[in-house]
Amino acid sequence: MMEIDEQPMEMNNTIATTTTMNMNTFNNNVMCLLTDSEGTPLGAPMYLPQNAGPLQLQEIVNKLLNNEEKLPYAFYILDKELVVQLGNYLEKNKVSVEKVLRIIYQPQAVFRIRPVNRCSSTIAGHIEAVLTVSFSPDGKHLASGSGDTTVRLWDLNTQTPLYTCTGHKNWVLCIAWSPDGKHLVSGSKAGEILSWDPQTGKQSGKPFNGHKKWITGISWEPVHLRSPCRRFVSSSKDGDARIWDVTLRKCVMSLTGHTLAVTCVKWGGDGMIYTGSQDRTIKVWETTHGKLIRELKDHGHWVNSLALSTEYVLRTGAFDHTGKQYSSPEEMKEAALVRYNKMKGNAPERLVSGSDDFTMFLWEPFVSKQPKAQLTGHQQPVNHVYFSPDGQWIASASFDKAVKLWNGVTGSFVANFRGHVGPVYQISWSADSRLILSGSKDSTLKVWDIHTLKLKHDLPGHADEVFAVDWSPDGEKVASGGKDRVLKLWM
Amino acid sequence: MPQGDYIDLFRKRQGYRPDFHERKRKREAREVHERSTKAQKTIGLKGKIYAKKRYAEKALMKKTLAMHEESSSRRKVDDEVHEGALPAYLLDREQTTRAKVLSNTIKQKRKEKAGRWEVPLPKVRPVAEDEMFKVVRTGKRKTKQWKRMVTKVTFVGPSFTRKPPKYERFIRPSGLRFSKAHVTHPELKCTFNLEIIGIKKNPNGAMYTSLGVITKGTIIEVNVSELGLVTPAGKVVWGKYAQVTNNPENDGCINAVLLV
Repeated sequence: MMEIDEQPMEMNNTIATTTTMNMNTFNNNVMCLLTDSEGTPLGAPMYLPQNAGPLQLQEIVNKLLNNEEKLPYAFYILDKELVVQLGNYLEKNKVSVEKVLRIIYQPQAVFRIRPVNRCSSTIAGHIEAVLTVSFSPDGKHLASGSGDTTVRLWDLNTQTPLYTCTGHKNWVLCIAWSPDGKHLVSGSKAGEILSWDPQTGKQSGKPFNGHKKWITGISWEPVHLRSPCRRFVSSSKDGDARIWDVTLRKCVMSLTGHTLAVTCVKWGGDGMIYTGSQDRTIKVWETTHGKLIRELKDHGHWVNSLALSTEYVLRTGAFDHTGKQYSSPEEMKEAALVRYNKMKGNAPERLVSGSDDFTMFLWEPFVSKQPKAQLTGHQQPVNHVYFSPDGQWIASASFDKAVKLWNGVTGSFVANFRGHVGPVYQISWSADSRLILSGSKDSTLKVWDIHTLKLKHDLPGHADEVFAVDWSPDGEKVASGGKDRVLKLWM
Repeated sequence: MPQGDYIDLFRKRQGYRPDFHERKRKREAREVHERSTKAQKTIGLKGKIYAKKRYAEKALMKKTLAMHEESSSRRKVDDEVHEGALPAYLLDREQTTRAKVLSNTIKQKRKEKAGRWEVPLPKVRPVAEDEMFKVVRTGKRKTKQWKRMVTKVTFVGPSFTRKPPKYERFIRPSGLRFSKAHVTHPELKCTFNLEIIGIKKNPNGAMYTSLGVITKGTIIEVNVSELGLVTPAGKVVWGKYAQVTNNPENDGCINAVLLV
């Protein structure tokens, strides 16, 4: 207690010495309470001088948290980022100095992703529209699925086609890398799933047959639950989700219960499977016996897309921005678990669902079957929702041509990104949670900045609709594919 | 005892006449011929009504036949690979027809620079001045002959106001003014009713262009914003050129084909 009480005094001294200020403002102090995004206060309320800005606050937080190396933080008051000195903020927003000012601090990524601004190459190869693109978890490989029934692997260093994987009978609708990067599976419109070896581009084993209609989504079991990766879950138009095993090469479990097509499937970090369906429900399954645990039904129309707050960590597994490689599966599991726990904190996993009823719901399926918040504002079906890698933000893409940004913890509306002239199909986050990329029917990609809440770069170049975008986990490149049959790399 | 019941009674007692079935078959076989001769012979209103009735019967018969055929013939499961691949999130949605982008605007600009258009109707019949204009005699004694009335379809902009009659050399009759055209997209093979923005060029002369006269072969600019065309840079295209393919003054409508 003593330490914390002394803290403001110390800080005042440091600020007094480092910044030039006049004595008048020095005496105007504001009662502030620093809290994290869940609302737990950091120390007692303290008096801060009005000329303290984000930089000074950052020093205080680092000191209070006893961080050995200084981490960057961003500060928010009532969901608005604090960019000026406290005094200026109070003057501008006419906040009473009598009350305690709650300042929320949010840790920022220690690395920065350079925003993409140019097209580095346009690679032809597919002879039909490119339907899906995906970087491997370590960002070293790139795969794409197309309407010409092939999966292609691309060489990112020379930016040329590497392997063409033929074997599907119809359009390749979705592809997914295992979080350890050892397997690549793809699902097609004919309902079969194939797995590939990304090192050789050869098909490994027989196709996984079982689904009667096309595949809508594939999700792998997180690497911190089992390493090496073996199981994945796929969802299909026929209303089932199936869990498959790549080593046993068969269907382990079939999750039936939805009455209409399953549109989206996610394998959560706690070992639960979430499926969203056109029958307006989201179902939560347990993975040892395939039992239905929970049913979330508040949507009024199709559920189009699901996103987990930990999704990015689950996707990248053990690989982080340092580019470290792991030799053994156990080591990888350890590292992934550390990353997952760090990302999750002590809050439960959050789920957001976007729907055709123009709204989104924020859930905490672990805690209750009631939604935490309803996110309204879109004027057309919400096609894609995505949590930022740090879980603090939700971005949503809708057919009403807008991308919207929401607070990932409370679900409150933050900003609206307008600029596309056609429906926005897909979005992707940069690994440092500072930029969003959106691809649209109007044939452009756009990069949006979270800090300024504005358009950062406009990336025209595609000759037709953009169906798929992906930002590589290492932040180096962006890949996009669309109806004009070319794959574009941006950097 | 009703008359028909005697036959029933007879049949119960004696059975059918030996030639009954033969005669019935022949009568039925003859009936179609009789009906057809009747259809050919009847004239006037009765003929019309009879023809309509026969047409309805035939149409119904054809429909039932087609239905039976469909139910009996086995179709193959639809597992071909189709053109126009769509991602999973668009598969269940109804798609509106949509024009291709394919850098149309670049082509259009290049053509404009060259000054020449490759158009569907490269040559048109020249329209003489006396066909285009009708002389309107003015003055108290109707001796003055400087006023002209356009006898063709015209496009008049929405902000147009008439000049005082003394200065109005050309009259564009309001009955022949058009603001919309039926424009066909040659690649999509579908037609839209689009608003006319302006006249780009009338092949008969610059004066007709400035007057807004629309004859066969005229290049008009139409508002295509509802087609949802997009430029490669992601902007919405709203004005595009189209060439008139009919004689609007004869048909009462403007048909045009989009230049892409």
